[in-house]
Formats: sequence, structure tokens, C-alpha cells
Amino acid sequence: MDIYNRRKYLIIAIIIAVFVLIVLRLIQLQIFDPTYKIYADNNSQRRIIQYPPRGLMYDRNGKLLVCNQIAYDLMIIPRQMSSFDTTSFLKDMQIDKNDFLERLQKAKQYSYYRPSEFYKQMSKEQYAYFQEHLYKYHGFYVQARSLREYPIAIAAHIVGDVGEVNTEMINNDKYYTIGDYAGKSGIELTFEKYLRGEKGVKIYLVDVHNRIQGSYMNGEYDTLAIPGKNLELSIDANLQEYGEILMRNKIGSIVAIEPSSGEILAMVSSPTYDPNLMVGRQRGYNYDSLLNHKDLPLYNRAVTAAYPPGSIFKMAMALIGLQEQVISEYTSLPCDKNLVGCHGHPPNSNLMRAIQYSCNPYFYVVGKRIIQQGKETSIFRDSRIGLEIWKKNIVSLGFEQKFEIGIPSVYTGFIPGPDYYDKIYGKHRWAYSTIYSLSIGQGEVLVTPLQMANFTAIIANRGFYYMPHLVKKIDDKLVEAKYRQKIITPFEKDCFEPLVEGMYAAVNEDFGTGGLARVKGLDICGKTGTAQNPHGEDHSIFIAFAPKENPKIAIAVYVENAGFGGVWAAPIASVMIEKYLTDTVTNKWSEKRILDANLIENESTQR
Amino acid sequence: MRAHRGSIIRNIDWISIIIYLILIIAGWINIYAAVYDENHQSIFDISMRYGKQLIWISAAVFIASVLLIIDSKFYSAFSYIIYGLSMASLIGVLITGIVSHGAQSWFQIGNIRLQPAEFAKMATALALAQYISRDSFSFKNTKDFILCFVIISIPVILIMLQPDVGSALVYSSLIIMFYREGLNGIWLLFFSTLIFLFILSLIISQTVLIIIIVILTIIIYRINTYKFKQTAYAIAAAVIIGLLSYGILYFSDYSININYIVFFAALTYGFTGFVIAIFKRNKTLRIFASIMILAVLYVMLVNYFYNNILKEHQQHRISEVLGIETDPLGTGYNVNQSKIAIGSGGFGGKGFLNGTQTKYNFVPEQDTDFIFCTIGEEWGFVGAFLVLLTFLVLILRIIWLAERQRSVFSRVYGYSLAVVFFFHVIINIGMTIGIMPVIGIPLPFFSYGGSSLWAFTIFLFIFLRLDANRLEIFR
Ligand SMILES: [Zn+2]
Repeated sequence: MDIYNRRKYLIIAIIIAVFVLIVLRLIQLQIFDPTYKIYADNNSQRRIIQYPPRGLMYDRNGKLLVCNQIAYDLMIIPRQMSSFDTTSFLKDMQIDKNDFLERLQKAKQYSYYRPSEFYKQMSKEQYAYFQEHLYKYHGFYVQARSLREYPIAIAAHIVGDVGEVNTEMINNDKYYTIGDYAGKSGIELTFEKYLRGEKGVKIYLVDVHNRIQGSYMNGEYDTLAIPGKNLELSIDANLQEYGEILMRNKIGSIVAIEPSSGEILAMVSSPTYDPNLMVGRQRGYNYDSLLNHKDLPLYNRAVTAAYPPGSIFKMAMALIGLQEQVISEYTSLPCDKNLVGCHGHPPNSNLMRAIQYSCNPYFYVVGKRIIQQGKETSIFRDSRIGLEIWKKNIVSLGFEQKFEIGIPSVYTGFIPGPDYYDKIYGKHRWAYSTIYSLSIGQGEVLVTPLQMANFTAIIANRGFYYMPHLVKKIDDKLVEAKYRQKIITPFEKDCFEPLVEGMYAAVNEDFGTGGLARVKGLDICGKTGTAQNPHGEDHSIFIAFAPKENPKIAIAVYVENAGFGGVWAAPIASVMIEKYLTDTVTNKWSEKRILDANLIENESTQR
Repeated sequence: MRAHRGSIIRNIDWISIIIYLILIIAGWINIYAAVYDENHQSIFDISMRYGKQLIWISAAVFIASVLLIIDSKFYSAFSYIIYGLSMASLIGVLITGIVSHGAQSWFQIGNIRLQPAEFAKMATALALAQYISRDSFSFKNTKDFILCFVIISIPVILIMLQPDVGSALVYSSLIIMFYREGLNGIWLLFFSTLIFLFILSLIISQTVLIIIIVILTIIIYRINTYKFKQTAYAIAAAVIIGLLSYGILYFSDYSININYIVFFAALTYGFTGFVIAIFKRNKTLRIFASIMILAVLYVMLVNYFYNNILKEHQQHRISEVLGIETDPLGTGYNVNQSKIAIGSGGFGGKGFLNGTQTKYNFVPEQDTDFIFCTIGEEWGFVGAFLVLLTFLVLILRIIWLAERQRSVFSRVYGYSLAVVFFFHVIINIGMTIGIMPVIGIPLPFFSYGGSSLWAFTIFLFIFLRLDANRLEIFR
């Protein structure tokens, strides 16, 4: 019945043969081959992680912004400890006994066999002492690590900071182990994968006295650390530094973009802080005090603060009006103060003048013509269609869009649409008269300073922009192609000419609102804005670009609680432009006036 | 009932049970040594792994006793249902399981983690036993043949999806059981070749491997036929086709990878041989040409699968398993440390708890997959040899028991147990001494963890129960 009965012999033979093979191998390994015994004989190994230097950051002119300094951690392996002269240890380490016991207990709790940090970032004196006396303290060794250093203490919000990894990061990325450092914010976080490089490991044999005897297996299992990649930022360090100085004692931000590339030349958020505060043993303390400061210095206003754009938005209204053909560049409208308030100015003989004088009633009417185009008899239905068109056009100008500029937490802002007003007033319960304040940039619209600067770049370019970005090159390689893709807005090139002329006139002709920004020979084109602030003094806004033809810089300045846009924001923009284009500032009076101004309500000297 | 139980105690194979107890106790003591911590010296300390393992062991002994009480007819009657439930648990773990070590293999129930793949081996053995024990069964019958492989393929695919290559590979051992039940010996050769080629095609470059296949085919053909002239023609043809393909593709303006050139040439060569064989009605040549074409296609497919279908982390896992990557923090380092630990044990070992290499965490996973290191280091060659001998005795004992069964069901099940056990032992130990690729499978009864212990206990005790009833079933 069981015709395959005899096959069992082959199977048993195979099984026994394999076991014999293993036994032979064991005999070779355990009895005849001395190699492995030598390695193990009273020796243990120490694996020292080779931390790669983190990538550096340079500005657009090759100026060093972020570099590394070396710090030494004292490591401990509790299992390898043996009794030593604790008194001299405590004395030279300058720690007391309780501190010592606490640290030891912590290390033991982590692991008896694995190294952990006993004392982080030793002082130079401690390090020098330990280099000499290490042999006396079994179980201790020194591990070098690199920390950040900022030769010019600027752009803290942009470069971000580096800190110890938390448990979550260790679990999500097996590259990290406890005690490692990684980017926590800004470019340090976004470009972490490039900056961190690749860790290496050196395996040493150490004797019972914890002295290194040489490398293990002639370094066969060692790997070299691969340094992190260097970044070239789009930032101009001189301009950035100048902007930060100008904004001292003011709350707000400056964003400057090169229109022909989308590269961000400066991005100031004030108040700011010295990035060197976020390094070293004082980091925790400094971080907490910055976090709790009333003016929120850790908060990057340039990309996360959203404000009403004020009169800046009139430019967008003009564009949409021209595109929708409800106005032309020759449209003349009276300054009818019954519609909405205005200031005294000569008549709006055409669109350019209306922009120059920033006439509110003019743009009230433009807004009405856009929102209520008469496509439906019911003004409610009509407004709904009109607002839909309006919002689509506004969004195409970069508003309510998230720009991946190279740092995290960039806010999109907010542009209300039909659905939003339906929710507030009910469907078909609102018309232009309800929402007219949009046309002069008040009301629900919220935009970030970055978006305002980008909008300025679109006007400067007469219709297109590049995704704004902070990093130009990674180790001499250009950043992603998406940053080099021209984004063309749906507006005709001709629509921009009256805007440019209006902005030119606003700065360079009489009765313009931005006269304080005028600099002879630079052809600055600008537009003021003032955002109503129910909580206090209005916010001062100014956007500008220069020169008029082939613009090199587009800038947006937002100063909180500083009143009318022409008073503070315009001169700040002006000196920034002059500084960038000519590297000097001729209007010393204006510069001094800005530097001396303290626009933060109660006296605070926070830098 | 009492009489029934009495007969079990009389008929049960006490030798197997004694070996089982020796192994689990030795395993427990070794886990203690592997994770020994001066702060927690009590072997019963349940905050430590050895304390936990004691709980697993107690539960295992309890499970074993329960299994001995259950009527043996239950297992054949419910074999397909058990198999079905087991497969359902493998699907379930893909959906609700938790991920650890890069594989989604565990159910988390409170504090307990269970790995359904461990239990699937036993369930698969039951299903195979049931199927093969049908009266009409024969491996010569294509349908039966295919169904046997389907029964194995389902768990293999499900486990591969986790992905847990090690646990999936265990099923390949069942082919030995098939052989015992009448599978043509050719298949044994065929499958070992497939596995061998799979590993080779990931270790060696595709081009080199294809060239080796072509050369080997020519050599073996030459040995088979003794025809020098034909061989000379064949070599000449290979060279000419190779050069021609190179020329065509080189001048065709496309920058084509050398891999494609060699692949294309080898296929052309194979097909040429095949066509000639058909014209000349040369059966041997036809078989050789077909085998060569299939082997080349297989190598290409494996490479394609590896490079284009597997995700990066899966590739990583496989190359780690095969030891291709010499990551100092990964496999190469582990095996080397493991060899040092075992090698440093010498003839007599360093003594209980005196191991240094396995104490300082030099050997990763030293209480799970690399538990054999502790044995080798602390008990030396003597201890390692005794453990191996005990395993061998148990495996041979199981085969002996399987052979004395009068029902095919029990014999198939017993053989499945023996070969799976065999596979686990030799792969695991072989890996620690550097003669097998590093496949993460546990050493039965030794590695820390409940799933493996329970699964092998159930696997073994169902068989002992079947064996105790061997006379009854025949009736
Ligand atoms: Zn007016």
C-alpha cells in the first residue's frame, strides 16, 4: 500500500547530513579557529558613531550664514564602570554629588549596556580635563558632536533651529537614535534630509581598562560619515540684516522678492531674535522665554500672519475690472464721498490717477461693476456669479494659495467666496452693498506679507511670477524645477500698464500717496495701504518695486499699529530698495527717522 | 472517559514529551542568560523577558494538556475549518495587525502579541494531511498536485504580504514531506533550483548569471550527449549571437543597458536551439533549450520583480535577508558578532551567565533569533552539540512515530511537523554560525516569544495525540 516507504531513508539521510554539517562548522568555529576567541578575549568593542558635519547655509552672495561648532558630550556605559575617585571627578566636572547620582541613575534606567549621555556639551575646561584623565574613569568616554553657529545673527525665522530628536521622530525614522539632533523649524526642518548627511560608525576594541586598542577587524565594518549638503539661500544677507535693523522696535514684516526669479531676497519678521540663543546648554531656557514673550518673537509674521491688505487690493480690483472689461484705462469716475469716505485729491481723470490718489469711491464703483455685472436680474443671484468670478481671479494672483517657499507652516490667508457669505447671510441674502468693503481691501480678506510681495512681483513682471522660494541651490545643484517654472496669470499684459503708471505716479508725482518713498533716479513704483485695526492704531502697508522697467526687486512692508501706509511703511520700503539697488542710502534723514522710531506701544527693547 | 484518558497516558509517546520539556526548560534558562540584568536577578521577575517567558511556558504546558484531552478525530474532521480560520487570521493581521521590525505580523491583544503566521504552519499541515489522505489521492494526478500547492501558496502569499520572507520560506520545507508521499524526485530538484536561482539572481549581477546559465547548459548538454562537434557548434553559435546582438543594439542609436543585450542574446540563442531541436527531432536538445529559456526568463523576472515592483524598504529587507548589504549596523555586523560569541565559547564554554559577547548587546536580537549565541558562548561546543543532538533526536523520533502511523493523515501531519521543525532549527542555527542567510525565524522552544512556543507546542501535541490513537483510527 505504502509504495514510497523506502523514501524515508533518503529523508533521514538528508536530515542527518545537514546536522553533521552544522556540527562540523561548530567544531571549526569553536575549537579550531582562534580568530573569534582573540576578538572576544577580555575585549569588548566600542562603537563610536561618526556624526557627519551638518550642511552649511550661505546667502546668495556666498556669505556664510549658518555653520557648525564642535561640542563634546560625556558618555557613559554603566556596566563598564568600576570604582574610581569620585571626589576628584566631581571637583573637575564641577557638579555636586546629588547631580552626579541623578545622572548616573538616569543612565542606568536607560540601559546598563548601551551608552547614554552623562553630561551634554561640556565646557572647554571640562573637555580638556577629561581628555587627560579618561583612563581613570572606566565606563566613560567623550563623544564629539556638532552644534550650529551663526556668524551673522540674522534670519532666525528663515534658517530655523536644530534640536534633539524626540521619541516620535525616532519611531518614524530609523536613522535617528536617542540624543541625535535634527532640524526643528525653518529651512533646518524642511531640508533636514539634505542637511543631516549620513552617519558613520567606527568600531574600536577596548581593553579592560577602557583604553582603545585599535580598530576592530581592521576597520572592515567601519563606515565614513557623509557630510550634509550645503545650501545656497536666495537671501541677500546685507539686505536681510538691514531690514532687521530697520524693523527694530516695530512689529511687522518685510518681504522682498526678485521678480525675475521668485527668489526671496529678504524676509524680515519683527521682533526677531538672535539664532545663537537656540544653541547649546541655554537653548531650553531661551526658547521658553522667547515663547512667552508678549510680542511673540518666535512667530514668523512674514508667512503666518494674515492681515487685511487695505488699499493694496485696489490694484487687484483694477486688474479684474480691466480683464472683465467693466472699466478701461480711461474710465473716469467722480470721488463720490457718499459711497465711501475719501481724502481730498484732484479728480480721477482716469484709472492711473485713481490709483495714484488711491480713491476709495472710484474702486467702490469698480468693485460694484465686477460683482454685479447684470448677468441676472436679481442682484442677489448676480452678486453670487460676480463674486465667483472675482474670487477665481484673485486666487490666480497667488492669494489664498500656499507657497512652498522652503519653510514649514506657511499660511494660505483667506479670500471669501459666495459659499462663505451664504453661510453668514443666507443664500441670496447678500449683494454688493453687503460686501463692498472687499473692493478697498478691508473686511474679511486676509493675506500674508509674502503674498503681498508676490503680488507686487506679478505687477512688476506685468503678469507672471515664479513660486517664491528661499533655497537656490543644494550643493551647487539647482533646486526643484517647480521653482523655475513661470506661472502665468490669466491677465493680459496691457492690463498692467495703467497699474504700473499709477504706482509710479503715486511715488513720483504730486498728490501721490507714497511720496515718502521717492528716490531720485531709482524709478520706484509703489502703492500705499492702510488696514483698519479695530484694536488700536491702523496697520501701515506699502508695496513697491523698482526700477520701473526690468524690475530687480519687489517688496512688501507691513508695520503693525503705525497708521497710514505712506508714513512708515513707504519710507522703509524705499530705503530697502535703495540699499539693495545701490548698496547705499542717500536719504539719511529718512533712515534716521525710521531707526529712531519705536512703534511698539509700551517701551520694549526686544530685538 | 476515565478509561479513555488512561489509554492516552499509556499510549502517548513519553520520549517526545520528555525531550520537549528538556528543550523548553533549557530555552528558558538561556533567555535568562541572554537578557540577564544585575538589577533583576530573579528568574521569576515578570518585568523581564525571562519572567514573561515563564508565563508563556506555563500557558504552553496547559495548552498541551488540553490538546491531549481532545478526541483525535476532531483534528481530521475539522482540519479544513482550522485551516480556513488560520488563513482568515493571516488576512486579518494584514488589516488590523501592528507593524514591528518592518512587517505587519502581529495582533496586539492587551499586553499580548500574537503572530498568526506561526500558527498557520500547523493549520496548513492539517489541511494537507486531510487532502493527501483521501483514497484517490496521487501526485501523478495533476489536479491533486496543483491543489497541494494551492494549500501551501495561500499562507505563503499572505505571509509575504506582511512582509515576512523568513516565515514564508518555511513552507518550502514541506516539499520533503511531498516527496515522502510520492512526489516525483525531479520536483525536489526543480524547487531547490528555483530557490537557488532566486537567491543567486539577487546576489550576482543578472548578466553574469545569464552567462553562467548559458555556459552551464552547454557543459551539461555536452556531458549528457558526448557530442563534441555539436558542443563546438553550440559554443560558436553562442558567441556569434552574443556579438550580433551586441552589434545590433550598439548601432541602433539607443543607449541600451548591457543587461538587456545579454538577456536578448541568451533568449535568441535558446530559441535558435529550440527550433533546431524541432527540425532535427532532438528531444534532449529540446529539453535543454526549454530549460535554459525558462531559467533566463526566471532570472529576468526575479530581477524585474525586485527592482520595479518591490518598494525600497522591501528591497532593503530582502537584501538584508540575503546578506547583500553589508550595513555595519545591520546584517553583516550581526552575523560577525554572532560568530564571535559562539566562537569565543570554545570547547567547554565560559559558563552560565559568564558570556561577555552576548551580555553587552553586541549581538542584536540575542534573546530571539540569535539565542543560539548564548548557548554557544556560555556552554561551548559541548552545549551547542547537545542542543543540536536533542533537536536531531526529536526530529528523528517524530519521523519514526510518523512512520508507525497506520493512517495516512497522521503520517502526513507527522512528516510536516518534522520537516518544518527541521527547517527552523537548521536555518536558525545555520544563520548564527554564518552558513545560512540571515532569515528572521525563531529557534523552536528557545527563542523568546509566545507565538512560536505555543505554535510549536500545539503542532507537536496534536501529533502526539494522533499518535496515541494510532490503533483506534485504523479500526
Ligand atoms: Zn477719492
